[in-house]
Amino acid sequence: MNTLERHRKLEAIWSSAPGWRRWFTTVNHTDVGRMYLATSFFFFVVGGLLAMLIRAQLATPHSVFVGPEVYSQLFTMHGTIMMFLFAIPTFEGMAIYLLPKMLGTRDLAYPRLTAYGFWCYAFGGSILLVSLILGVAPNGGWFMYPPMTGPIYSPGINTDIWLLGITFVEISAIAAAVEITVSVLRYRAPGMSLDKMPIFAWYALVTALMILTGFPPLILGSVLLEAERAFLLPFFQAELGGDSLLWQHLFWLFGHPEVYIIFLPAAGVISTVLPVMARTTLLGYGWVVAAVVALAFLSFGLWVHHMFTTGIPHMGLAFFSAASTLVAVPTGVQIFAWIGTLWKGQPQLRLPMLYILGFFVTFVIGGLTGVMVAVVPFDWQAHDTAFVTAHLHYVLFGGFVFPILAGVYYWLPLFTGHRRFFRLGEIAFGLIFVGFHGTFLGMHWVGLLGQRRRIWTYDTDAGWTTINLISSVSGFLLAFGLAIVLLEVVLNFFVAARGRRNPWHANSLEWAMMTPPPAYNFASLPHVETREPLSDDPELSVRLARGQGYLGAPRNGRRETLTVDVARGTPDSLVIYPGNTSLPITMAAVTGVFFLSFLLKLYWLAPVALAGVAMLAWRWVWKPGQRHDRGKEDVGLGLKLPHAFEVERSPGWWGSLFLLVANAVFFGSLVFGYAFLFTVAPGWPPLQWLEPSLPELLGGMVGAAVAAGGMRLAIRRNRGGRSAWPGLAFSSTGTLAVLFVLCAILLRTPPPMEHAYNATLFVLGSYSAVHALLPLLMLAFLAARIHHGFVSPQRQAEFPIVTLWIDYMALTSILTLVVAHLPGFVA
Amino acid sequence: MAITPAVLVGCKGALSIVDPAGPAADDIATLWWVMLVGSAMIFGLVMGLLVAAFVGKGGHAGSIRLWIAGLGIAFPMSVLAALLAYGLVVGERLLPHQDGAVVSVQAEARQWTWSFAYGDAPSHVTENVLHIPAGRPIDVAITSADVIHSFWVPRLAGKLDAIPGRVNTLRIQADLPGRYHGRSAEFSGDGYLGHEFLVVAHDPAGWERFLAKANK
Repeated sequence: MNTLERHRKLEAIWSSAPGWRRWFTTVNHTDVGRMYLATSFFFFVVGGLLAMLIRAQLATPHSVFVGPEVYSQLFTMHGTIMMFLFAIPTFEGMAIYLLPKMLGTRDLAYPRLTAYGFWCYAFGGSILLVSLILGVAPNGGWFMYPPMTGPIYSPGINTDIWLLGITFVEISAIAAAVEITVSVLRYRAPGMSLDKMPIFAWYALVTALMILTGFPPLILGSVLLEAERAFLLPFFQAELGGDSLLWQHLFWLFGHPEVYIIFLPAAGVISTVLPVMARTTLLGYGWVVAAVVALAFLSFGLWVHHMFTTGIPHMGLAFFSAASTLVAVPTGVQIFAWIGTLWKGQPQLRLPMLYILGFFVTFVIGGLTGVMVAVVPFDWQAHDTAFVTAHLHYVLFGGFVFPILAGVYYWLPLFTGHRRFFRLGEIAFGLIFVGFHGTFLGMHWVGLLGQRRRIWTYDTDAGWTTINLISSVSGFLLAFGLAIVLLEVVLNFFVAARGRRNPWHANSLEWAMMTPPPAYNFASLPHVETREPLSDDPELSVRLARGQGYLGAPRNGRRETLTVDVARGTPDSLVIYPGNTSLPITMAAVTGVFFLSFLLKLYWLAPVALAGVAMLAWRWVWKPGQRHDRGKEDVGLGLKLPHAFEVERSPGWWGSLFLLVANAVFFGSLVFGYAFLFTVAPGWPPLQWLEPSLPELLGGMVGAAVAAGGMRLAIRRNRGGRSAWPGLAFSSTGTLAVLFVLCAILLRTPPPMEHAYNATLFVLGSYSAVHALLPLLMLAFLAARIHHGFVSPQRQAEFPIVTLWIDYMALTSILTLVVAHLPGFVA
Repeated sequence: MAITPAVLVGCKGALSIVDPAGPAADDIATLWWVMLVGSAMIFGLVMGLLVAAFVGKGGHAGSIRLWIAGLGIAFPMSVLAALLAYGLVVGERLLPHQDGAVVSVQAEARQWTWSFAYGDAPSHVTENVLHIPAGRPIDVAITSADVIHSFWVPRLAGKLDAIPGRVNTLRIQADLPGRYHGRSAEFSGDGYLGHEFLVVAHDPAGWERFLAKANK
């Protein structure tokens, strides 16, 4: 088979559906990555237009361009769109598009999940967009503090749109994060041990893990606030045992890591692009990885620095102040590693480098003002002024937009296969740089002169007029510069100036493929021996195209790739991917019906939508599966590997594991909320505790143990070639017992509307009940699989997955039972 | 602090943090100028190193000790340790410590007005105007009747939130008699812009007159 024949065969196997159906049925990471990026840049334009309206309003004092009702929608939506619909999805799109190419594999771990995540993002984003057009957009500021956003002070639909729309969009963040984590850990080229990964993969891995641990607190906060708005459960109302500060803790527990979730991928771009621009390798690879991991940990310990003015005791603040300034250290390590890299190599002022210089100037200033606002007494003054607005734009524009633009120009030849024909990027850079600093540098000062953020106009005699006018004029320059970048990117797709492969002489694997990349990425998979595979073997691309790697022989119309051992990168299983399907978009649409049912208060529709999601999920997991044992198969280069569904820890197990990590953080946040209200909120203790019951408590615990033990029995019997039914029967009985005592708690809970304690108990009980129903569904699925002959002693991968969920159910329900009964026993 | 008069002129303003009129605001303004100078020096250093990379011929040995251990870790650690200690001392000094001569007042915010009550005149309430004696420390007990607001008189002290169900205490002091502008500094809905108040600092005689009238 020659190179061209191989290409044609692979194309036939891997390509998305032809015509318009392509976009609705594709599960290919290159396609979905591009859809993510196109959508996120569309939202960048929308968010930018809102910023222009804000600057138009503030250009002169006493402006009557818009009033306060419209203005609060403008700044709320500007922040919301830029954070949730632009920055995070841009990272997701970039990682989805690039990671398999950089890691030397053919797709991400779960192609259908990639597409499902995208559609949740697109549909959720549309809800917010429609609200903007209808004039009922969220208006409480992007951090949505209750009680202002509660049912009493914001009765309209605006806040519901934020809570439900953003939660819907966050499904995509969680999906992408699970996907990226498992892909980086397991879906790499054979031989690529963790220390040989391209540095961007480290950044993506850490960012994904941060999403898994950072987003659940916000999702919980949104669920609680929506429950308060829709069903009057008083989590944030002081007079009924709630506390508005609970929201602030949950929000910033998400909100601060969020800043690093945005910054880290961009830093990953710099760590990738900057060494190439200096014709050298990154200085201190291991140190940079350590710094990134340290940043991730530290970023979870400083959320309170957004709450310095809420009256928390000063020594508590001092701790968070120290943690907040400490993040400057790993950031400093990266900054100086980059500058040291430039000293080490021969830096050239090519276009991506220009944007990286823009990053340095802007981000260093943002970091320094960040240290300032981390100093408690200064924050008491600067908090909620334009100084903070300026600071956060220096951090986010400097730390995200400049690096991303560097990345756009760096990877554009890969995206399109074209070289730049018009030299617009240099002009654009000038406009963006001057425009940005003109807009935001003076804004620090006007903040110190007392201009609060979020005010819709100001007086002539305040002394802020000149600076605001300069800001507004510069803001339009900035927008013009960004428009030119967009124009150049679009032109690049259509102007057919064929580019060379690997124009920057980079040494990572994404440049070892045809441009634009084919759907299958690599005709055969490389065996990676070093961190710079391309510079060590300049013929690598040709050899891969000739099929001289793993899986070089297309067969049986199967989309195939390999998984590797986490640390060393030894290949350990053969994966067959699912093909094109409209299941993801359908499931996202039905998920959307669930959210709409709450938004439109058609509550009867919610269980219907949930049942729909469950049915589609059943089909989703039913489809892969095999009725015959396959044994080991040849994967090329003389290697034979087992199929993924015949190994102990299948991709589904890994995905469940990380999904449960996010889930556990959600549950942990809920328990934290309970403890927080218990100890800190005014209006506690409540009138009555839940009547404790020893039989219920013990019954639940025994049930949980039986459920977990039953699965072990099922696995052992199946492995020994005997029937797994007794194990499954034990497990179902145990789970049912747990469900029974949880329902008892729900029934015996005092009315949830009357006190935050009752409401919290109700949510805890419901959470655990749902997590007992889920394993029951899974056990039914497993029974059906056995019945239809999908399971054998070899094809047993589904058992460990269900076991994982049952163990999780056992642990969380025991915890729920304990915290529910304990106060009553103690009292 | 030696600051040129030209800068000071630009600092003026009814809500200016950098035109302090009380000890707390003064401490924080000094903190700001110190941090500004320090930041400018660090910024200059980083930019200098960056420019030098392009001007020089390149090809230096990449020294982990210099770039990572020295500049990346040791340098920020020492600067931050000093800054944190300074910030902690300033913060401690601004707290409402027990003090015999303290005047106590209560501030309650609601959408979009402020009411003030006085420890020395229990039955008296003023709307949107807070009377205090100049030259004496005042503890303001801050709370809210509806949503979250924030009590802020930029020329006198930092801000502190008014949170329903809680009472936060802020120490303020005006050096001289006069009128000082206050704002709520937490977005609270459509009327946020106009959520203002005035602090009137009296000389000793004026304060006695105010109390006498209030207690009548």
